[in-house]
Formats: sequence, structure tokens, C-alpha cells
Amino acid sequence: MDDLLREFIAETRETLEALSGEIVAWEATPDDRERLDAIFRFVHTVKGSCGFLDLPRLSRLSHAAEDVLAAVRSGERTPDTALVNAVLAIVDRIGEIVEAIDAGAPLHDTGEELLIAALHEGAEAAMPAPVVLARRTPARSVRLNVELLDRMMNGMSDMVLARNELARRLRDAGADPATEAALDRLSATVAEMRDTVTRTRMQKIDALFSALPRMVRDTAAELGKSVTLHIEGSDVELDREMIEMMRDPLVHIVRNAIDHGIEVPAARRKAGKRENGRLAVSARQSGNQIIIMIEDDGQGIDVDALMAMAARDGRSEAELRRLSDRGKLDLVFEAGLTTRESVTAISGRGVGMDVVRANVERIGGRIDLANTPGKGLAIAIRVPLTLSIIAAIGVSVGDQRFAISSPTIDEIVSIHGEAIRIDMLGSTPVATVRGRRLPLVDLAGALGIVREGTAGKLVILSISGGSYALAVDDVLDHEELVVKPAAPTVMATGLYAGHTLPDTGVPMLLLDCAGIAASAGIRFWREPEAESCGREVEAPAVPALLFDDLDGVRRLVVLAAIDRIESVPTEAIRHSAGRLRLSLDGRIVPLVAQGDWADHDQVQILRLRDGDTEIAYAVREAHDIVDLPDIVVPARVPGPVAGVVALAGQHIELLDLFWLFGEHGDLPTRAAAPLCLLDGSETVWMTSFLKPVLENAGYRVTAALKGGDRPDVVLTMDAATPASDASVPVVRLRREREAAAEPGTIYRYDREALLAALTLSSGVGI
Amino acid sequence: MTGLFLIAQLAGRAVAIDSAQVESVVDLGTIVPVPCAEAQVRGLAALRSRVVTVIDPRAVLGGGMSAGSRAVITCIDGHHYAILVDALEDIAPFEVRPLASGVVLEGVWSSIGYGTIELDGTPILTIDVRALVPGALPLAA
Repeated sequence: MDDLLREFIAETRETLEALSGEIVAWEATPDDRERLDAIFRFVHTVKGSCGFLDLPRLSRLSHAAEDVLAAVRSGERTPDTALVNAVLAIVDRIGEIVEAIDAGAPLHDTGEELLIAALHEGAEAAMPAPVVLARRTPARSVRLNVELLDRMMNGMSDMVLARNELARRLRDAGADPATEAALDRLSATVAEMRDTVTRTRMQKIDALFSALPRMVRDTAAELGKSVTLHIEGSDVELDREMIEMMRDPLVHIVRNAIDHGIEVPAARRKAGKRENGRLAVSARQSGNQIIIMIEDDGQGIDVDALMAMAARDGRSEAELRRLSDRGKLDLVFEAGLTTRESVTAISGRGVGMDVVRANVERIGGRIDLANTPGKGLAIAIRVPLTLSIIAAIGVSVGDQRFAISSPTIDEIVSIHGEAIRIDMLGSTPVATVRGRRLPLVDLAGALGIVREGTAGKLVILSISGGSYALAVDDVLDHEELVVKPAAPTVMATGLYAGHTLPDTGVPMLLLDCAGIAASAGIRFWREPEAESCGREVEAPAVPALLFDDLDGVRRLVVLAAIDRIESVPTEAIRHSAGRLRLSLDGRIVPLVAQGDWADHDQVQILRLRDGDTEIAYAVREAHDIVDLPDIVVPARVPGPVAGVVALAGQHIELLDLFWLFGEHGDLPTRAAAPLCLLDGSETVWMTSFLKPVLENAGYRVTAALKGGDRPDVVLTMDAATPASDASVPVVRLRREREAAAEPGTIYRYDREALLAALTLSSGVGI
Repeated sequence: MTGLFLIAQLAGRAVAIDSAQVESVVDLGTIVPVPCAEAQVRGLAALRSRVVTVIDPRAVLGGGMSAGSRAVITCIDGHHYAILVDALEDIAPFEVRPLASGVVLEGVWSSIGYGTIELDGTPILTIDVRALVPGALPLAA
């Protein structure tokens, strides 16, 4: 509210200054319609703002003046000197009150009634007692128009480019150290300026959130519901243009949550919930994205009702039933779909979630749903920090470079990778990436560029409707780019989203990934099959710690496993009793180090804990807490690294906690625990997915037998008999839910059947 | 109508360009092609911190591709375009006359030419460079 008040004061003061000329002119020629209109607009605006800001005195004054001026405008009254004087006295008084509010000084309201009375026809002119005001405090803020800020931003880009060119020339000419130092200083200043200038366009997201409490209250009251609103992260800043773009989607989602999500109190009591619905709206910054979460504890989305609606709209029921859970949920985003039978005043006014999604995607954002039927719905909107600066990956094709906006990129894989294959279906190329089949577009072909070699990388892009693979020669680097719309003739191709001038000084085009898919003739329909094994387990984002490991590699570890991070002197590390150990708080803890620690005096250690077992993991430096990406590409062999994830365009290895604890944790191993051998080609999947399940069930699990070990049971997904001892019972898993193709096998996600079969086969009751 | 005109060689012909349409005259650096755009869009070039769209009139007027890097910069609807020219010769005030009765321009020339000026007795066609930019509105003469 303070911000609004400050804005009101600044605006009123500014208008008053501009108006002072008009007032004098009006005094001279009371018949001047233009002057009259200007003054009328002023009091009208003040009146409007006062009602909103709860300033009754100003409201009364401006209201009275407005009434009189309206009468003059409609010709009911003639602007005689007395009237002009009375109006001017009120305008002056408004100015005084505004200054008093700004200075925080009290201002007596004597004479205000007289001022208002003086407006009436035939009233005596009132002379208000002169007011002694505290000296006007110098304004600490100015209002600028966005165009000026844009020009500042452009000038800044010019400056950066000039600096780059200067640096290049100096490097070529071999400058002396003093000049280089001066250049360094210049660079630092330029970088700082760039930051500052970028910040001038930033605004607290509070500007977006501050209207919510009132809206939630009114909406809930209208619907006979009671809702408690929690707001978090109002301090997060983002581009003011972005805030404007987010306003409508946010309002829509919040209204939806109250109308469709949160139940009426009676229904909530019945469901065993508190009568007060809970709605939480939060914002946080994660890297160069802002994540806005809207969570309610209502009934969630009724997927069945949604499907029924879609079926009524003419979609084939069989096709709908084949959708993945996520696909079903995504029906919400389809045009014209609502689960409501009747259209209410609150939502269902023709602006649906489809429009919300389109708006969010237009500003380079993404919207994700996490639905828990009966318990609530969480909507996460991810948007870039600013409209003009976007994170992008550079790709090369032939001798040209293009940029692709990072948020659309799911992952980047090498075309020659193991789990990648490319086939021709008729004349249509198809890429298979770890079992997921995707349409393939060759960027060179799509743009008509002649390339000399062959494509080297596949960029998996997620666009509205689905994903596809884009073949490029190489992926170059990750950059923050200032993107501007290209000329209409360039945009007319439908292939580009804009152009940018990276630090190299050579222009680069930003690809419109949806446009390229469309021009390549890709049409998406709903995937009938679940997309891939990694996708079926949809979970909220898991926080993870990003750190530099001792060997200089940047890695991730799931945050929940870390008890604490501390620095220890390396002398506390010893190779003793067959392994690395760390003495810590008078205890000896197993230590894992990937890299050399001996050169350092101190290392940071992550204390990982699982129940009673503790492991110390030595790192060079802990960096940041990030959301663990959904997709983890598994490592080829079990080891300290579980797999690799794509994070801001980089490949980051993820530590395998199970392996670490399994290998290094001094677990109280039960000698009697049956040993289960994971065998065959799918050991990685089994290790990452099944191992915890099996270990929980009391098995010792291994993928490779150590000397002398004899497994009690073998688990495999291959049809062939495992190479080990034939007398060991084998349990086979299959990928498909239906057993038809592979009799005698167990569907790999059927936990009960799997454990039962293991118990039966191993002959060891647990 | 009198105005300041730039005399240039464009696609092998002498033409006069109204200086009001010209923001500056530059030598372009690297031109990055824009695949799939119309033929006369030669590509993008950097002009200080600005990216300009480079238009090659030869692509529509005939005569292959312009070889030089000299261009006149014009601004249409907030977008900057660099129109490649073979050479720039002079800038001077001239009086524009309508095309002599009976003279009909051919092909694309008819959409860009709108009058003549006289330079030492030689008639020179005045053109509207903005009409060379695809998608931009051609100016009525």
C-alpha cells in the first residue's frame, strides 16, 4: 500500500505542477473549455485514487469540486469569479494535504467545510486560514517513462559492444599492463552499470500480489466460501513489463482456484478439511527464472469429469482413455473446456486456461500442474526474469549460428549416443531417444542450409502440444541475450522469434521452435502411450545442492540427504583400515572423495545422513540450491554418479546416494539377508528404481557379484538366461502392463507381485 | 517539389533517393544470411548496437547480387533497413518532376520510381527505397 500511496503523491504533485499554469489561465478566462476540462480531469483522478487509498478528506474535497465542475461542463452553472476562486482554493488545499501526507505532518482540517460550502451557488467566498506547512521534503524518486529506460538499455548495449571491440583491438595490438588495468576497470564499471540499468526496469512482484487479498475476499464472499490467502515472496523482482503480462493469467488462476478448486464450507467439513480453504500464492527466483506458485487445498481437478467433457466435445473416448495421466490433466488447457456445469460470474467467461497458457507461453514461460484429486491443485508458472533478456543456447548449422531459448529445451543429446537411434518411417525421419519416439527435424533442411558434415547433436524441444528433436551440427554455448523483434519481412518466414547481437558483434537469429515444427509439417496429437519410464513418476521439484567437486567437476546432490555442510582441515582425513575416513566430533566417519584432497589445507564436506548411517563427502565448494530437473539420464554403470541432468544448458552429474550409502555406508548388514542380483541389460533402471524397494524389503542388492558371493535370486528384464549359475532362481520383469507377449513375467511397476515372486523364488522368508 | 537528393548507383543504374528517407550511409560489416526469407533480404548486419536488415535491390531489379558493402540506412516502422547500393555519387538539392508523359517504367522499377530530376541535363529516376523492402508499405507517389 505504501508504494501505491507514494505513487499517488508523486502523480498528484506532478499533475499539480503542470496544472498551475492552467489554473492561472482559467482564472483569467473562466469560459475556456479546455482549461476547465484539465482541472476537471485532475479532481476526478484525485477522487478516484482517494477512494481506493482510503483518504476521506481528499475524497470529500475532490468530490465536491468535481460536482461543481461537472455542473459547469453541462452548462448548469456559469463559471463566475466566486466559483473559480472556490475551486482553486480546493485545488490548493489538495496540494497542501498531499504535501502533508508526504511529510508525515498533521494538517488541521479547519476551514475545509467552508471551502466546500463556498462552492455552492451564491455562497460567500471563503478565505481559508493560511496553513504553515513543513518544508517540502525533497523527492527521492522520480517517475520515468519506459521509453527512456529502453533507450538507456540500448545505450548500455552499445557501450558493452564498444568495450568488447576495444578489448579485441587492445589484445591484437598487445597492450601494456597499465592500459589493460584501465580496460579492466572500464569493464567492471560497464558490467555494474549494465546490472543497474537492468534493475531500473525491475519492479517488486508485490505490484502484482497486492491486489490479491481484496480479490480473494470478494470472490470468496460472492461464492459463499471462506478462503485464507497466504502470500510469500512479494519482494521478488521482475521486469515491469512482465508484471503486466502476468496480471491476467494470475487473476484468472486465482479466481479459478476459488471457484472450481476450493469447496463450500459444508463440503469441506464432510471431506474432513478445515472450513477455511487455503490458497497460497508465492514467488521465488531460481536462476534467471521466476517461479510463481498458486496452491489450493480444494478438490483438485476431477480428471474423469474433464474427460467426459472432452468426450462431449467430440473427442474419441478410446483416444482419451489412452492418454497418460499428465495428458489427461493437460485437457484443462484445451480451448472451451470447463468442468463446471454452469457458467458462473467468476469464471467460465470464455477466458479459459487455454488463454492463460497461451499468455504465459507468449512471454517465454511455462505452466505446470500438480493435481492431487480431493486434496488440491498446485500450479507453477515459470517465466524469465525479463522480456528482453533471455537465456539461450547457441547452435550451429553449416557456417551459421542460431539461438534457441533455453526454457524450450528439454535436453541435448549426441546423435551418436548409445540410447539414440534415427530411423526412417517412409520418408519421415524419426528419432528414438531412450525409448521415447520423437519427430525429427533437421535444421539444415528446414532452413535450406547446405552442410558439409553430418548433424552431431539432437536438441529435444518441448513446445505447446508435444516435443520434437531438432538436428543441428553442434551446440555452442549458453548465453544471456538481448532479443529484439526482427523486421516484419524476417518475421514473415515464421521461423524466427527475433534477432540479437551477442558479444561477438555478429547478429544472430533466435529460432521460433514452434514455427520450425509447423513449417516442417509436424502435427501433434495426444500420445497414446506413456512417454517414458522417467515421466510416469511425476513428483514436485526436489531441491538439490550444486557444488564443485574435488576433481573440478560440478555435481548435484539431493538436498534432503545433506545433514550439514562444514569445513574441515585435511589433516583430519586419513586412509585407514582399508578406506578413507574422517575424524569428526570425536567419531570416525567414512569419507568419499572424488579427486585430490591432499593439496588443500581445508576441504568442505557434505555430511550425508540416512537414518543412523553417516557419510562425509568432500567437495571443493558448495554453490547453490536448485530444483532437480525431472529428467535424469542414467549413468552407464552404477557408481558414485547416478546420472546426468541438464541444468541451465550445462550437463551436471547427480550423485547416486544409494550407491554411496550402499558402498561406503557402514550399514549394519544382516548376514542372513538374501542377495539379489540385478542382471542383464536393464541393470541401470533396476538399480535406480528397484534397488531402494528391494533394500527396503530386506534384500541385499548388487549388480555385479563380488568373489565368492552367490545370489539367492536373479532379477532380469532380458529374455535370455543370465550367465550366472543356472541353479539360481530367476525372476523376469517386463515393460508392458499386459502379460500377453511375455508369459511368466511380472510387470515391472507391480511392486506386490514382484516382491511376492522374489520371496517365492529365493525361498527366504523375510 | 524541391528536396535534397542522394545520387546513387543502384543495380547498375543512377537513381536519386530523397534524403528524408535516408538516415545514414554506411559500410556494412559481416552480413548474416536469413534462411527462407524473401530473395531481396540479404541478411542481418550489426550497426553499432543495432541489428539492421540488409536489402539487396539487385535480387529484384536483376543483375545478380550486389558485391559491395555500402548501403543507405532507412527506418520504417521502427525497424532499420540497409539498402545495398553500388556507389554513392553526390548529394544536392533538386527539383522533382513527374515522369514525362508516355514514359512507362518496367517491372519492379515501376513500383519504386516516381519521378525524375535533372543532373547536368541527364534525367535521373527518383526512387522510393522503402518500396524495396518487402512487407513495408510502398509510398504513394
